[in-house]
Amino acid sequence: MLRFLALLAFMWTLVLPVTAQEAAVDTRASTGGAQTLEDILRRQEGLKVDDSFRRGLTGDPDAAAPITEQLGTLGGASDPDLWRALRFSSGDVETQVRGPAATTLIQNRGIWWLEFREGALLKLTAYLLGGTLLALALFYLIRGRIRIDGEKTGRTITRFKAFERFGHWLLASSFIVLALTGLISLVGRKLLIPTFGHEAFSTVATASKWVHNNISWAFIVALVIIFVVWVVHNLPDRTDLNWLAKGGGLLGGGHPPAKKFNAGQKLIFWAVIILGGSISASGLSLLFPFEFNMFGHTFSTLNSWGLPGWFGAADLPYPLQPQEEMQYAQLWHSIVSLILTAIIFAHIYLGSIGMEGAFDAMGKGDVEEQWAREHHSIWADDVLKTKQSDAERT
Amino acid sequence: MKSFLLALVALVVISLGANQMLLRSGFSSADAGTSEGNVRIGSQDQ
Repeated sequence: MLRFLALLAFMWTLVLPVTAQEAAVDTRASTGGAQTLEDILRRQEGLKVDDSFRRGLTGDPDAAAPITEQLGTLGGASDPDLWRALRFSSGDVETQVRGPAATTLIQNRGIWWLEFREGALLKLTAYLLGGTLLALALFYLIRGRIRIDGEKTGRTITRFKAFERFGHWLLASSFIVLALTGLISLVGRKLLIPTFGHEAFSTVATASKWVHNNISWAFIVALVIIFVVWVVHNLPDRTDLNWLAKGGGLLGGGHPPAKKFNAGQKLIFWAVIILGGSISASGLSLLFPFEFNMFGHTFSTLNSWGLPGWFGAADLPYPLQPQEEMQYAQLWHSIVSLILTAIIFAHIYLGSIGMEGAFDAMGKGDVEEQWAREHHSIWADDVLKTKQSDAERT
Repeated sequence: MKSFLLALVALVVISLGANQMLLRSGFSSADAGTSEGNVRIGSQDQ
């Protein structure tokens, strides 16, 4: 008997380490089965977290401790149980909200968007717009106003007809309002609420949103108008290469020959058409939520081409949750709009204080003949020849 | 400046017109995003 007991004691010593090892494997023992610091850190790093340990903890009455015992539920589910059920879409929920997003009540994957929108995107806004204004101010200090070099003739030639100017001003005025109201929506929470308070910002933001949503149609109409009337004059040709090689004479002086639009203006035209078109498309996606889902399909196509792999990146997320489509559309809409705004800053500068005689083109429609000869020599020659032959005919 | 002023008028007309057209076509947020009765939402994996 004594030998048997000694054998048992020996075997127990062998089993103990195994039991200890098994206990060590249970990584959630320290939190009583709840999530651990490691889980939280993985989530913060955007890594996948195995949530099987809590997915089912949604207040199932059959699995709950009896209400007569200590720590038993008082009937129903606790708040954490309810929120877990919502997070993992297993809750029995009724809603009057329709649409695809109604089924995703808690969106884990939206946190990165929120953090990016409130952090990096606001910094990008400040650096891009502030940097462009600073660069233009420096350019003005170094180069000064670009004057008409030759002697003014006192004669003018028509540069833009009334309909062209109408299209331009419709686009310009809608863009300026859209940019201002867009910036209010983008940075208002961080900049305006601390200054003016929540109530004042609420009024401004509501009005701003209404204006932004409705003026967008005028922008789209104007974009179509300027595309139709100017696309022929903005097709690239050989004169553009020469103009670009000489930097348009902006820094070194001189006036490289140009047609109705020089290469710089053509670049701005195509930037407005392409970026403006992209802003319009993403804006429509935001205006009619969940109706035009552009990003999931695009990501899937890019993944099928293996494009992310060319840059050593993982595949782009697909399929996307309904809210994610809107989040990507919002980021795209904002970032492309900021780039276009920076370009338009330069356009406004050169069309106003940056160059003598430039504003007349859009202000009155007529420009000083000498200005036209210096900045658009090929176009000016054509117009003057036509004018002369018309005069001779009459 | 006549073109500029005309563009501003067009801006207002297009904006108000588009707003009214969308509202009357049932594209308001309330019309597009809600129903009169409660609907039970299905499960969708996150």
